[in-house]
Amino acid sequence: MATQPPPPRRVAALLLVLVLVLVLVLVASASASASATSADLVVTRADRRVDLTSHIVRVLTSLKVENIGPEAASQVLLAFPNVQAKNLAAIRAFGMEGKVKGPSTVLPIEVVQPSGVPPELTFFSASLSKALEKGKILHMDVLTVFTHSLQPFPEEITQAESQLVVYQDSAHYLSPYPVKVQTLSIRLPGGRVESYTKYPNTKLAESELKYGPFEDRPPFSYSPMVVHFENNNPFAVAKEVIREIEISHWGNVQITEHYNIVHGGAKLKGEFSRIDYQSRPYVRGVSSFRHLIARLPPRAHSIYYRDEIGNISTSHMWSDSKKTQLEVEPRFPLFGGWQTTFTIGYGLPLQDFVFNSDGKRFLNITFGSPVEEILIENLIVKVVLPEGSKDIDVSVPFPAKQWKEVKYSHLDTSGRPVVVLEKPDVIPEHNLYFQVHYRFNNISVLREPMMLITGFFLLFMACIVYMHTDLSISKNSPSYLAKVQWDEVQNITQQIQAIFERCLALHDKLEASLRDLSRSGDVQSCKAARKAADAQFKELAKELKPLLTSLHSSPQSYQIWPKVEDLVAKERELQEKLMARHSTVVDSFEKKLRGQDVENRIATQQQKVAALRQEVESLLEYINSSRFPVDNPEAD
Amino acid sequence: MATAALDSLPAPLRSLRLKTKQQELLLRVSALALIYVLAFAVRLFSVLRYESMIHEFDPYFNYRTTLFLSEHGFSEFWNWFDSESWYPLGRVVGGTLFPGLMVTAALLHRLLRALSLAVHIREVCVLTAPFFAANTTLVAYAFGREIWDSGAGLVAAALIAICPGYISRSVAGSYDNEGVAIFALLLTFYFFVRAVNTGSLAWALASAFGYFYMVSAWGGYVFIINLLPLYVLVLLVTGRYSQRLYVAYNCMYVLGMLLAMQIRFVGFQHVQSGEHMAAMGVFFLLQVFFFLDWVKYLLNDARLFKSFLRITLTCVITVGALALGIGTASGLYFCFKRLSDATIFIVMYGLTTTIKNLTTLVRTKGKSPQTASGKATGSKAAAKGAVDQSLPFQHNAAIALLLGAFYLLSRYAVHCTWVTSEAYSSPSIVLAARGHNGGRVIFDDYREAYYWLRQNTPPDAKIMSWWDYGYQITAMGNRTVIVDNNTWNNTHIATVGRAMSSYEDEAYEIMQSLDVNYVLVVFGGVTGYSSDDINKFLWMVRIGGGVFPVIKEPDYLVNGEYRIDKGAAPKMLNCLMYKLCYYRFGELTTEYGKPPGYDRVRGVEIGNKDIKLEYLEEAFTTSNWIVRIYKVKPPKNRS
Repeated sequence: MATQPPPPRRVAALLLVLVLVLVLVLVASASASASATSADLVVTRADRRVDLTSHIVRVLTSLKVENIGPEAASQVLLAFPNVQAKNLAAIRAFGMEGKVKGPSTVLPIEVVQPSGVPPELTFFSASLSKALEKGKILHMDVLTVFTHSLQPFPEEITQAESQLVVYQDSAHYLSPYPVKVQTLSIRLPGGRVESYTKYPNTKLAESELKYGPFEDRPPFSYSPMVVHFENNNPFAVAKEVIREIEISHWGNVQITEHYNIVHGGAKLKGEFSRIDYQSRPYVRGVSSFRHLIARLPPRAHSIYYRDEIGNISTSHMWSDSKKTQLEVEPRFPLFGGWQTTFTIGYGLPLQDFVFNSDGKRFLNITFGSPVEEILIENLIVKVVLPEGSKDIDVSVPFPAKQWKEVKYSHLDTSGRPVVVLEKPDVIPEHNLYFQVHYRFNNISVLREPMMLITGFFLLFMACIVYMHTDLSISKNSPSYLAKVQWDEVQNITQQIQAIFERCLALHDKLEASLRDLSRSGDVQSCKAARKAADAQFKELAKELKPLLTSLHSSPQSYQIWPKVEDLVAKERELQEKLMARHSTVVDSFEKKLRGQDVENRIATQQQKVAALRQEVESLLEYINSSRFPVDNPEAD
Repeated sequence: MATAALDSLPAPLRSLRLKTKQQELLLRVSALALIYVLAFAVRLFSVLRYESMIHEFDPYFNYRTTLFLSEHGFSEFWNWFDSESWYPLGRVVGGTLFPGLMVTAALLHRLLRALSLAVHIREVCVLTAPFFAANTTLVAYAFGREIWDSGAGLVAAALIAICPGYISRSVAGSYDNEGVAIFALLLTFYFFVRAVNTGSLAWALASAFGYFYMVSAWGGYVFIINLLPLYVLVLLVTGRYSQRLYVAYNCMYVLGMLLAMQIRFVGFQHVQSGEHMAAMGVFFLLQVFFFLDWVKYLLNDARLFKSFLRITLTCVITVGALALGIGTASGLYFCFKRLSDATIFIVMYGLTTTIKNLTTLVRTKGKSPQTASGKATGSKAAAKGAVDQSLPFQHNAAIALLLGAFYLLSRYAVHCTWVTSEAYSSPSIVLAARGHNGGRVIFDDYREAYYWLRQNTPPDAKIMSWWDYGYQITAMGNRTVIVDNNTWNNTHIATVGRAMSSYEDEAYEIMQSLDVNYVLVVFGGVTGYSSDDINKFLWMVRIGGGVFPVIKEPDYLVNGEYRIDKGAAPKMLNCLMYKLCYYRFGELTTEYGKPPGYDRVRGVEIGNKDIKLEYLEEAFTTSNWIVRIYKVKPPKNRS
């Protein structure tokens, strides 16, 4: 009933029922009030201010309550008709005793069912911190917030029409106590007012509708009033919001919010014309809304905005040191009855929201959604604590259903404990801080990295073990033997190669000594170098011999052997030529021949040496780089 | 230089000095690892420039089926009758797709889950193609090594990692069959070549399984089953018949065939249809070769064997040639027909020649670092001596050639990267253009419309659109479509084409008979987006007319010319498609200095500005008018 906008006839019927009820109530009131209130309280002044500018109705009632009875009163009763009470999303009362306004205290409020009152009314009792003595006056402010209280009428409008809504209330303050003086002022969003109930002392000025002052009304006075006016403010209603707060002790609180938003106002009928909408969006589309504003905490980062089919590129963000403002624009403008879903996510610095207190940690964060003026029909808040959290307890400033779940995320083994809170009809007034206390050992932070490290370590270990173990089943199969032999051949080849490299290095040294000789003319040192080289060449030849024999004997070396043989021969020749040249040069120096003659004598040798050197090098290269196909006998 | 540095190290550290073999291995492995990372990373441009999303048309179907598979399990998937497409006919999904891709992605997803990595299936799907492309480089390396040597393998891996033709089919988000199929293709070839080289039954078996994977992933498997027989045939013709070849091909063919027939979409086609005959022909031919070998062995006498041959060959050849002629012809035909699909393979072969040149180069190069280090450490005199060496020009020429090749290859790499980031990374769902001030303008109209459908139409609404958008509507809009990209029923598509090209009242009857609730058209006249429905319209007319002769193409043309302005054919100006695209477009000024109703794609002012809709009403038009959705009104009350 609440969600369905009432047609005119239904409104009338409703009013009739209300009036009947109230007549009954009034009849009963004489006897009822005495038993219901138990103390003789009088409301000396009641001022009600109703704010109808958005789709959430806020009523602020300032009461001056006087105790005229003999007994001290410990509670004040507040009455609402059931039709209103079921839309009541929040009620708060603040009390101040005395004539002058002092510090106000929050009064705890609970639903009560006093005896002898009609069942059509719901009572709330505000308990006073200190009983109200006889003759004392209590100032009381009661804030009540109602949802679904603006009924669109007509229920369906076209794209170009404005949205008209109906609000119903009582012109008189409904109270179990007599009210001496009272006023009612209703703030409207501006724009057209179709009609309103006229009583004496009714005044409509600007966008404010005033009733009263009315004087000396008996308890349970009720006189229905209706105002029918234009309200094009966004009727953003979230059918469900799931808000997930995930704590990571690596320094981040990640928040993910899934929205399912409906335009809760008058439904769109007929076509949606893009050309009308884009040429004059504030006339032809006045009842729609195209964006929502979310006020995120300061230092929010990594913000994203997406839905089931991907990123939504239409969003803007401003941020300063006090807040981060995110303007999210759904993929399409929302007209009455249209809906959309999306997800907002952002990260917050851990130190702003998680604190330590005597050994325990607690998360202190707001409950509701950061989106402005949104009504959430069902809000589910999930607080995902890090894996290994213990002793979890929650304190929420209002009643909410709660239970626990386990969530598995990256690299979780035992899962993360999740505290789930569920609350229907959440309004911006519920954006209060709530706390989740838990114990968490700092060492546990390292659990997942350690797991990864261990995992990779084991993997590499396994690889190393695999590389170093011989997994072949048969140790004397031909293929296995061939492989072993092949490895050996490669090993020997490598050694031979190393020896030849050293030989070549010696050649270089000899050449260098010759150059030194031509520069300095120091024959002795050149001879010494020659001597040393000779000795080393011998040594190398000795080393080479066993290697060559074993290579020759290996059956796998038949392809490489000729090359190696060639190499040995060529190197020997090269060595001889080099020695010869060396001797010639040294000899010429000793005989003090002219440089030109020396050049002439060794010119032919020089060329041969260079050619041989090239050959040796290319042979070495070949041995080094070629892959020798191994005959792979089929495994038996 | 490095050796010098190592030599100067203290003794215990010097023992860490690697042997040449180990050094080479380390270099090779790290180069391969870099190539692997490169192949993966270069394909992520689409995610960086756009977002992690599925691209284009077919991938949306693949994604939707993968989602179904991961949620409902394999047997549900295999027996899935999809009533959300081809309304009212539906589609037997399990029997009309290649499940390889979906199964792969679902398995990967499950594996990641098992490793307790909580990733969404969408991310797995988006990254499947790059992952497999990276794996392909490994196969290319192995293949190159098998054919030539490990250096060639590395170059092959590097080139395949950045080959633009392959990248275009495997960027992140391009969740299509080719993504895994090219991997499977190369893997099958590699295993087969390996099997032929070794004659090992194990490799032949691996090749059969590679083939099975290929068949399960892509219709392009026909390429393999024609290329391999061709290869075998060439070997036979060049007289390279061997036991190894016999083992490899028989095992691969027989097992591969049996496995391939397990895929419902292929089934008995594998032994019945013409495109598979070449493989069978070669199979029998191999038996003949084997038989001859056997006879030769038995007779053990050259003369006897020759006379035997003379008798049998005349019979065998006449029969065999006939069968083979048909087989190879179709094989060759396929090689040419599937030329684009074969790009990779051809690149591979093109590569081997490049590789050959390169390896020769590398050999010459091998000396240059040595001489370079010699020069650096030695004195000037040493340098002088080096100059004295014979053939100095050869050396210089080699270096020049090397630098040239290096320059060309690096230009190629730069070019590939550029092409990838500019041309191949667009998801084609989100369109990007340059604005007046050089900034990037995003047109996200497709998703705007699909999401509107998803959120604001009844869950059982039926959407009529041209088949191009069918997969996207079902995947992103989650609504039932009349036709989609599967195009299995031409009559159904023709019916939609007919509706689009009829007058509104006739179209209304067709739409009523198909239970259509919404009609979706794509229109680029405002933004200048040219692949819209007006440009595709003649195809709707042709396909519609192909089945329903009521629709005649000339009715929509003026002197054989396709026009939409005042001079357009009257039928054109009043058909449903025209009306839906241009409804109230005549009131809009699209370009400064042009009359209202100026179509920016066709570059003309539209011919019918006064469009009234009687049976439909505008339900939604996206912010840039690219997608327009109309609601079909319920029938009027009888009066």
